[in-house]
Amino acid sequence: MLEIKNLRAGIEGREILKGINLTVNKGEIHAIMGPNGSGKSTLAKVLAGHPQYEVLGGEVIYEGRNLLEMAPDERARAGVFMAFQYPIEVPGVSNAQFLRLAYNEKKKYLGEEELDPLEFKDLLKERAKVVEMDASFMTRSVNENFSGGEKKRNEILQMAVLEPKLAVLDETDSGLDIDALRVVANGVNQLFTPENAIIVVTHYQRLLNYIVPHFVHVLADGLIAREGGKELALELEAKGYDWIRTVDKGAGAPAN
Amino acid sequence: MSTAELLAKQEYKYGFVTDIESDMIPRGLTEDTIRLIVEKKNEPEWMLEFRLKAYRHWLTMTEPKHWPNLTYPKIDYQDVIYYSAPKQKATKATLDEVDPELLRTFEKLGIPLTEQKQLAGVAVDAVFDSVSVATTYKEKLKKHGVIFCSFTEAIKDYPELVKKYLGSVVPTNDNFFAALNSAVFSDGSFCFIPKGVRCPMELSTYFRINNSESGQFERTLIVAEEGSYVSYLEGCTAPKFDKNQLHAAVVELIALDDAQIKYSTVQNWYAGDEEGRGGIYNFVTKRGKCAGKNSKISWTQVETGSAITWKYPSCILQGDNSIGEFYSVALTNHAQQADTGTKMIHLGKNTRSTIISKGIAAGKSNNSYRGLVKVMPKAEGARNYTQCDSMLIGSTCGANTFPYIEVMNNSSSVEHEASTSKISEEQLFYLQQRGISQEDAVSLIINGFCKDVFLQLPMEFAVEATRLLGLKLEGSVG
Repeated sequence: MLEIKNLRAGIEGREILKGINLTVNKGEIHAIMGPNGSGKSTLAKVLAGHPQYEVLGGEVIYEGRNLLEMAPDERARAGVFMAFQYPIEVPGVSNAQFLRLAYNEKKKYLGEEELDPLEFKDLLKERAKVVEMDASFMTRSVNENFSGGEKKRNEILQMAVLEPKLAVLDETDSGLDIDALRVVANGVNQLFTPENAIIVVTHYQRLLNYIVPHFVHVLADGLIAREGGKELALELEAKGYDWIRTVDKGAGAPAN
Repeated sequence: MSTAELLAKQEYKYGFVTDIESDMIPRGLTEDTIRLIVEKKNEPEWMLEFRLKAYRHWLTMTEPKHWPNLTYPKIDYQDVIYYSAPKQKATKATLDEVDPELLRTFEKLGIPLTEQKQLAGVAVDAVFDSVSVATTYKEKLKKHGVIFCSFTEAIKDYPELVKKYLGSVVPTNDNFFAALNSAVFSDGSFCFIPKGVRCPMELSTYFRINNSESGQFERTLIVAEEGSYVSYLEGCTAPKFDKNQLHAAVVELIALDDAQIKYSTVQNWYAGDEEGRGGIYNFVTKRGKCAGKNSKISWTQVETGSAITWKYPSCILQGDNSIGEFYSVALTNHAQQADTGTKMIHLGKNTRSTIISKGIAAGKSNNSYRGLVKVMPKAEGARNYTQCDSMLIGSTCGANTFPYIEVMNNSSSVEHEASTSKISEEQLFYLQQRGISQEDAVSLIINGFCKDVFLQLPMEFAVEATRLLGLKLEGSVG
């Protein structure tokens, strides 16, 4: 589904990703871990097409297409979804209005029938159960005056409505208390199917107790320093990121 | 696609010209011009007096160029044609007698006038250049005692009412443009809602400028007697010309005891091209007087067109407990300039006013809010709430807020809130990441920003306004 080959990218002339290689197949959950500044969030944003990030080299093939050539909205319609670390507020625009527009854009792209506000309301009500959100959220402005936990749940609600093929969760656990974390993780697990794939970007192992990955990739200084199964996350938790850094040096990761 | 390419694609769909023979008077303005207009319109002596008085006053006045935040070349008032009317039968007893070309024009503008196609629930007075060409539902309204007709007819058929109220809110010597209008105004709409009547349908006037050389000077007068209610809508468009056309209107509203007038405008005059060539100079005086106790006047405007907008729909809150409201969205793009806002003059006790202004500037445009809240010594317990929000799109536009507050009574309360924001790249990216195109994302953000004002618009107008803003801003980000 997704093939990242020697991806190099940066921001404001500073190279952050220094040659990432990663393959994600459908039916897989991948965790990207790493210390602050290792490039995890950059990878998520580059995949989503954030305009401030510049691709310096390499390629990303998504379902046989060159993802890097697609506009952010086209990527989204083609099934790439990113849950934001800091969801943005859109004053005066109701959650329902925003979600219906997004939903119908995707339907239009797929050549499927769009939903009118009443039909959509039913769908939204159904999907909202995934993250245990009540109807009052639908009439409120997008993320405006939402608590940190509500914002994150709202991200997963959007995922539930848009049913992406590839979902990238960028530090979705940050700022969540344990109850909210459970709700969010439970929502993501309900949405995972053999037909889609999820990339979970996180600093902490905690989230991975709930969303159990098939593969763990640890980033250090813009490169994947270590890869393994879910037990790697536990090892990291026990030994800390410094361990990776030392391993990294010893292993002699490819220089640029 | 680059911004420039997207902008080039953008079309003003009302920019066509109707090919029709016109009855025009020579350009220029003298007392003879005014006599000629009076003669053309077959007006009584008192109207000539009214006009000449205004004209003589106008000669002593100077154009208000020093205080508005607007720049434009000097207007040669002798180079304007002050009367231009499509040639047709003098009287039009039925719509069948209206020139089909004119009916087609209005139909193209989305304003069907023929009996079979008329808009349900909305009576329309259609004004083409200097004259009203048709008014729908006149008879139906008359059954309720509501008078809705062209100004020309009102002068002829209801002279006492016109004499009583014309110039009673905006005196002929009020300001330069109002004086000019009083001297040469050619047509417009007259609405009279008698005591206790709730007008059964929306009343509206659609103004169309067609002639590239003529100015449009329209006059609207709305009188709501005790306990009555009316909702009035106004729309306007003009063809694309390289030259600027002058539009100087005067609108007067009078609400007696317990009466309510709701006045909504979607202004979409041709705005000129990207470089600022052409477009309408929109210099308009709109004022309402809450003459009676518990009366209410509410202005809602969506200003998207015109090269220049100079307009301050205001309320004189004379009756005790009267209410004035001003809800405004002003959008400027390319080289457009707007200096718009309101005046709320509190005279009566416990008078209340609300001002919600949303200014959106894109391109190289300049958008200013200018408002005055004045509380006079006898306005015990007066209250005002003002909220002015500006949104900037891109980095080459400007937004300004000039709020003036004069309070002469210390039992009153005046609140002012202001904000300036920018559509952020993060906001756009967020919406785009959900599959919404950049244009739709801008449109969504803007509509959210304007929500408080759009909620005040009648349904059909709200839909139109939403669509219009999206269209106007196409490609302005990126």
